[in-house]
Amino acid sequence: MVLAQNFFMENLNEFWQFTGFANATWQHFVMLAVGLFFIWLAIKKNFEPMLLVPIGFGILIGNIPFNTTAGLEIGIYEEGSVLNILYNGVSAGWYPPLIFLGIGAMTDFSALIANPKLMLIGAAAQFGIFGAYMVALAIGFAPDQAGAIAIIGGADGPTAIFLSSKLAPNLMGAIAVSAYSYMALVPVIQPPIMRLFTTRKERVIKMKPARAVSQNEKIIFPIVGLLLTCFVVPSGLPLLGMLFFGNLLRESGVTTRLAKTASNALTDIVTILLGMTVGASTQATTFLTKETIFIFFLGFMAFIIASSSGVLFVKLFNIFLPKEKKINPLIGNAGVSAVPMSARISNNLGLEYDPSNYLLMHAMGPNVAGVIGSAVAAGVLLGFLA
Amino acid sequence: MKTFRLIALATVALASLTATGQARKGVLHINEVMTVNESNFVDDFGGRPAWIELYNSKFAPLEISSVYITTNPDSDPETWYAVPLHDVNTRMPKRQHIVFWADGMPSRGTFHTNFVLKPDQPNDIYLFDSDKKTLIDHVTVPVLEPNTTYARAKDGVTVYDKDGNVDMEATWEIRNDIDEGKYITPSSNNVIEDRNDKVEKFAEKDPHGFGMAGMAMCIVFSALAILCIAFMIINRIGGSITKSNKMKSHGLDVRETPREERPDHDSGEEITAIVMALHEHLNAHDNESHVLTINKVKRAYSPWSSKIYNMRQLPHR
Repeated sequence: MVLAQNFFMENLNEFWQFTGFANATWQHFVMLAVGLFFIWLAIKKNFEPMLLVPIGFGILIGNIPFNTTAGLEIGIYEEGSVLNILYNGVSAGWYPPLIFLGIGAMTDFSALIANPKLMLIGAAAQFGIFGAYMVALAIGFAPDQAGAIAIIGGADGPTAIFLSSKLAPNLMGAIAVSAYSYMALVPVIQPPIMRLFTTRKERVIKMKPARAVSQNEKIIFPIVGLLLTCFVVPSGLPLLGMLFFGNLLRESGVTTRLAKTASNALTDIVTILLGMTVGASTQATTFLTKETIFIFFLGFMAFIIASSSGVLFVKLFNIFLPKEKKINPLIGNAGVSAVPMSARISNNLGLEYDPSNYLLMHAMGPNVAGVIGSAVAAGVLLGFLA
Repeated sequence: MKTFRLIALATVALASLTATGQARKGVLHINEVMTVNESNFVDDFGGRPAWIELYNSKFAPLEISSVYITTNPDSDPETWYAVPLHDVNTRMPKRQHIVFWADGMPSRGTFHTNFVLKPDQPNDIYLFDSDKKTLIDHVTVPVLEPNTTYARAKDGVTVYDKDGNVDMEATWEIRNDIDEGKYITPSSNNVIEDRNDKVEKFAEKDPHGFGMAGMAMCIVFSALAILCIAFMIINRIGGSITKSNKMKSHGLDVRETPREERPDHDSGEEITAIVMALHEHLNAHDNESHVLTINKVKRAYSPWSSKIYNMRQLPHR
């Protein structure tokens, strides 16, 4: 009887060692709170729910405490586990190009084709990346880590994941979460900067409506875009190649079914897997470090620099433009590639000062140029530092 | 249509032929050779035969079965050493090495050749593809001291002089395991990289990142500026075509109409406004295929909703 009792007690004790309660640390609870906060932001505040719900829930999945020495093959970092297999798309960097395929298939580049000089705003906003790179070096990060962190300034989650998986895989979780968090916070971060750097007179500049773009021009754009940008920066090929390919599927007019799949089903599937696995990769033991705090600080800096440089570049550009062709500096913030969120902010702020001034289509130009610009910037960093 | 298909098929076939023909040439290299092995690398039988190291410089695995290794290309190809088929170990991982033991005992396994290297005279080693004609790589190994190797200075790298000939002195070197950096490295990299040189140099030469920021911004600007210029040109051409089409529809002649009287481009906003106005006033509607419009009909009774039809009939008595 006593022997049987001991036997059951031993088993119960062993079972207890496998439970989350026995393996929990305060870091796990902090991360679980972060995950719940993300879910709350997404559901209650409607901040980028498509991203924050999978990431938030992923954080919960990744931070359930378990016995890591038992070889249960359940953790995201345990080779062969289901989560580890799904995480391969992030660690090997093939989810981001698939997302770019979808972005290409759902983006209308008409605004950019009709007014190509808006591309330069997309280029100027990339200074956020390199400004943050300098700050990261000053804090003490190595150049490859600084490059991976700085890409947050491009406001492009897939690009940030792609580059960090190549340059600093150990920081990827923090970089991805930081990039997506700030993308969700674009409506909070950008308007004060836009107001700070513009005068009331500048905010009511009315831009000439863009001309209608023919289908032939729309078809030529992805082909010429791919050839020109990738000849300059071949290392941007995975992202730019897929972006322009997706756009050709959309504009060719003969591959509607493929374009629909790429922009709907495929993007949705990859977004779910990407968001969830990125969230799950933030295991408390690897995530809650001093570096993570620095990364969040640098990400914030990068966003501010990127938004400011876009707005200031438009002001500078306006000096050289004739009066009737002046650009409203409120579209400068859209040079970051948070599509279409930052373009919507330009539009809303423009309407606040002049209810008849719709800036959305004008802002979409630099916004999509920002997508191209951030992919080029990632290619440059990869070429220099990989 | 038939001709077009034939051309397309021929192009694909040609491309695949080129791809397979050059699969191993240029990526499989003789990387390091030891002709006299007295106290160096030991084979799996405990012996110390001469060895030849091959290197896959591709960033992808490379299958080397059916590749031929020989020291005498003029002999009957049947006597050359053929790397056996069906051995999983002949699939070289990306940028990795394989060592062949030149002990003249092929019965000892896949990596034991049927020839030996001569210790007292130069050895010519040839690597042929499976067709026995395509030379993949060749090296003439000079007479070496015991326990020294003839190795590429950098793994898989061939240096060429100004005239395009192989610079043997820059490509190959003798390694003795004594001098700094002249290590004998069977089955591993000739140059041991323990750090990322690019990153180290950036950290040293550009500690504040100004150089990187300047260069990178120039590249990003150039890439988008080139795209911008290209599309300004396309824009101009596209714009003029649209304008001339519009003039034609207005019955105007480009040559006779003064510039200021020519109609301007249509903007997307104008087109949208016109379409919306037509829709509002004419209730115009384009024909949409496969669209079902379901209107709710208020009718209390319908055979579809009648309970009586759903019940089993009572049996007749």
